[in-house]
Amino acid sequence: MDILVCVKRVPDTAENEIEVNKSGSDIERDDLVYSVNEWDNYAVEEAIQIRDNVGGTVTVVTIGDDESEEVLRREMAMGADSGILVSDKAFEGSDGKGIATLLKAVVEKGKYDLILTGAQADDGAGQVGGMLAAMLDYPYASLVNKVEVKGDALTVGREIEGGNQEMNEISLPCVLSIQTGINEPRYVGIRGIRKVASVEIPTYGPGDLGVDASLVGTAGEKVKRLDYFVPVLGEGAEMLEGSTEDIIAKLIEYLKAKGGLK
Amino acid sequence: MDIHSFFKYYIKIRKGEQEQNMENALIAPAQYVFLFIPTIIFSLLIPIIGVAIFAYIMALRMAPLAKAAPDKRFDQIPQRIFNVLKIWLAQYRQPRYRTAGIVHIVIFFGFLILSIRSCSLVIIGLAPDFVMPGFDGVIGHIYNVLKDYAATGVLIACCIAAWRRVVVKPARYAVPAKYGKDHTAEALFVLGLISTLMISESLFEATEVAANAKAGLHVEFLAPLSLVWFFRLMLMAASEGVLQGLHIIAYYIHDLTFFFFLCFLPLGKHFHVITSLFNVFFMRVRRGNIKPVRYGIDEDALDQLESFGVKKIEDFTWKHLLDFYSCADCGRCSDNCPANAVGRPLSPRFISIKGRDTLFKNYPIYPYGAAFKKSEPLIGSVYEEDEIWSCTTCGACEQECPIGIEYIDKIVDLRRGMVDEGLVPQSLQKPLKAIEKRGNPWGKMEKKRAEWTSGLPEGVTVKDITKEPADMLYFVDSITSYDDRMQSIGQATAMILAKGGADFGILGKDEKDAGNEIRRFGEEMLFQNVKQMNTEAILESGATRIVTADPHAYNVLKNDYTGLPPVTHISQFIAQSVKSGALRLKSAQDNKVYTYHDPCYLGRHNDVYDDPRAALDAISGLKRVEMERCGDRSFCCGGGGLMLFYEPEEEQRMGVLRVEMAAKAGANVIVTACPFCLVNMEDAIKVAGLEGQMEAIDLSELVAQHLA
Repeated sequence: MDILVCVKRVPDTAENEIEVNKSGSDIERDDLVYSVNEWDNYAVEEAIQIRDNVGGTVTVVTIGDDESEEVLRREMAMGADSGILVSDKAFEGSDGKGIATLLKAVVEKGKYDLILTGAQADDGAGQVGGMLAAMLDYPYASLVNKVEVKGDALTVGREIEGGNQEMNEISLPCVLSIQTGINEPRYVGIRGIRKVASVEIPTYGPGDLGVDASLVGTAGEKVKRLDYFVPVLGEGAEMLEGSTEDIIAKLIEYLKAKGGLK
Repeated sequence: MDIHSFFKYYIKIRKGEQEQNMENALIAPAQYVFLFIPTIIFSLLIPIIGVAIFAYIMALRMAPLAKAAPDKRFDQIPQRIFNVLKIWLAQYRQPRYRTAGIVHIVIFFGFLILSIRSCSLVIIGLAPDFVMPGFDGVIGHIYNVLKDYAATGVLIACCIAAWRRVVVKPARYAVPAKYGKDHTAEALFVLGLISTLMISESLFEATEVAANAKAGLHVEFLAPLSLVWFFRLMLMAASEGVLQGLHIIAYYIHDLTFFFFLCFLPLGKHFHVITSLFNVFFMRVRRGNIKPVRYGIDEDALDQLESFGVKKIEDFTWKHLLDFYSCADCGRCSDNCPANAVGRPLSPRFISIKGRDTLFKNYPIYPYGAAFKKSEPLIGSVYEEDEIWSCTTCGACEQECPIGIEYIDKIVDLRRGMVDEGLVPQSLQKPLKAIEKRGNPWGKMEKKRAEWTSGLPEGVTVKDITKEPADMLYFVDSITSYDDRMQSIGQATAMILAKGGADFGILGKDEKDAGNEIRRFGEEMLFQNVKQMNTEAILESGATRIVTADPHAYNVLKNDYTGLPPVTHISQFIAQSVKSGALRLKSAQDNKVYTYHDPCYLGRHNDVYDDPRAALDAISGLKRVEMERCGDRSFCCGGGGLMLFYEPEEEQRMGVLRVEMAAKAGANVIVTACPFCLVNMEDAIKVAGLEGQMEAIDLSELVAQHLA
């Protein structure tokens, strides 16, 4: 099975103190460290496990600037066979649809049986997987937490609100958005990344992909960000103070009063 | 012995006459004929076959050692010889377990003494008048008395050992169900073999002496109340025929048992009888450090290695395989292992036993010519991931092992293998990645590394050594820099250094995690990264000495880094400054009872036991008690560095056990000298429900409170 996994480089929420910049257009990016979007790591791990079971290849693709190459290397160190960097000035500022348009071109340029995305990104809207499937006219399953290969089809499990589990059969080729917890992504150390440091990663621009530049980037942007801010602490939010015992006692009292505890 | 024979005996010694001239009432095994078969044939065949089988087994046992990874164990020979004399010959570590230790010492020295007798007996089966060279005079007679008592002592020791195995059943001998069957049968079988050797040896001699005495011939002096002495007494009434029969039977039972035992040794835990001498000679000499990924490969050439760490059994170094062979299954390691004590899935004893079983299985000695088995990955078959992550590297097992078996380097090598395969628990992946990105396991901003200095009292300033030169570098390390509670240790340390007149500064944002646990958790390349960055920053600072209040930083800077200025721990600085008069401390104003908890990386790994106690005792009027487990038997608090992030399977916390030990000692304040110990102790006090009755404080905090 030939699998394409779409990954994204995001500011690491665990390792940054995120602050909005003065103009309110974006976050302060000077002191940020970046990593692979957490959901995408699970998607790549799942792809590697499927490949190891049934054979095939795993390709990882990302859209971004030159620095995005580092996330491709990290995923290749995990075990992906090859990487594709989609990068061009014209692609900058793409909205979700623009990203899906570019990914569609990547899918059509290659030959893939299965396309995986993360269920969402730390800084995203969880929209690209669905749009990509629709554009490709492929079947789509979201929030997938279990994948089994059954001949020409897959059995996929989906997490439903309330802790329920749903199982579906889905025909190939298809797009799946992967939920965290589906597996335990393997560790990638510096040594692993160094091993793939010299592997050639092709960069695709508009010409390679045959994408109409007016449909992507800021030119094709149909969703525009207007503002960016930290919400003001609203009414009804209360910080409990005092010793641990006091806080626990107060919390229990509130929970009882509001019917959370019976 | 009658006067006549004593006289004859005395004269013979005086004349220096040799025993071969003496007459004997019994026919020796070398001259005996049984049903027309001269028994000398057995005297010849038993040793030849025995030695041949032994050589065959030993050759196969050595095969994996030849295929194993290289090791560096031929350095520091004088120290190694000293270790052999102290730990092997003088059995230095044995009495740490009183009864078992004494029993072992008796058997050990019995074996050493009787080895000469056993060898000469083998030859006597061929040449009846044989005497070991040098043993034909007074020495021989002294030796005979010695070996009579040795045999008696060993027999008594065997009985005590068997009684312990069968009746007392010390918990440390038990085999948990998941590790297979009980080992008592093998232990008893061997005790039986040893007893057989002692009895048959004594019987062989007693029959001859009894027969000679009855015939009025020369009689060898027998040590009174020894086994052989009792036997002779019992046999005086026996007929010559019976004595002759017993004499021959005893001889061949001894001969057979001796060679059977020799061949049996390399088949199980009694291999240590042969290997322990070598194991002690080759044991770890330096402490605190971790072995390189592969001996002979420089740190800057690590990228060339195909694979990292131990993945299959032959990836261990030959010394580590020798460790597996040498394990005597005494269980002292696991009895002292904190991970084992709290029910984590780790028992160091079974790291060795399972390793040995794997070697025995993969290099079969039976049937003859059987092919070596292909080695499978150890993780998932022999060892489990959680088992290997459970170790806090506290070193209690290595401190206790009477024959110098190592565990930390093996655990680290196995972790290196797991890291290389990506098998790292999610709970550890985050802090490792954070260290890679930010230089600390919490992923906090580099620029905030020196923020703790803002809480310093007026008059205490900390230099930024990257901008302002200073004589001494205070290496703060991550937890003290970033953890709200532990920043107080940094502040206390700075106050002590300032008061003690030190010209010191910190690296601030240029400091990275020192990496003690990065290395011990198997992430060698990440360790090399932080090591390189820290080394450059430290050397560039121009500091001529380093001080730290974090024993993990102390250990790694001192033992795993190279080319740095000398490193001291704050407890050493305090002890020295108090002694020189540079620091003066107020007397204690409370009635609390203090106990000092030895951090593993200060005590066991670096032998700093006295300075922290001296620092405490410098506070006059401070009441201090010792816990039962203190000094080199200190009990790990739960582990530091990355171990804080690991989520182990365990029944309870190590810290809780430790806090309970402090309570048992009558203390109500636990003084530690390590930020990680303090985290674990404070958590444990809450978990144990001892808030209000027990508190924990760092040595630096306590001393800072008492600065005069």
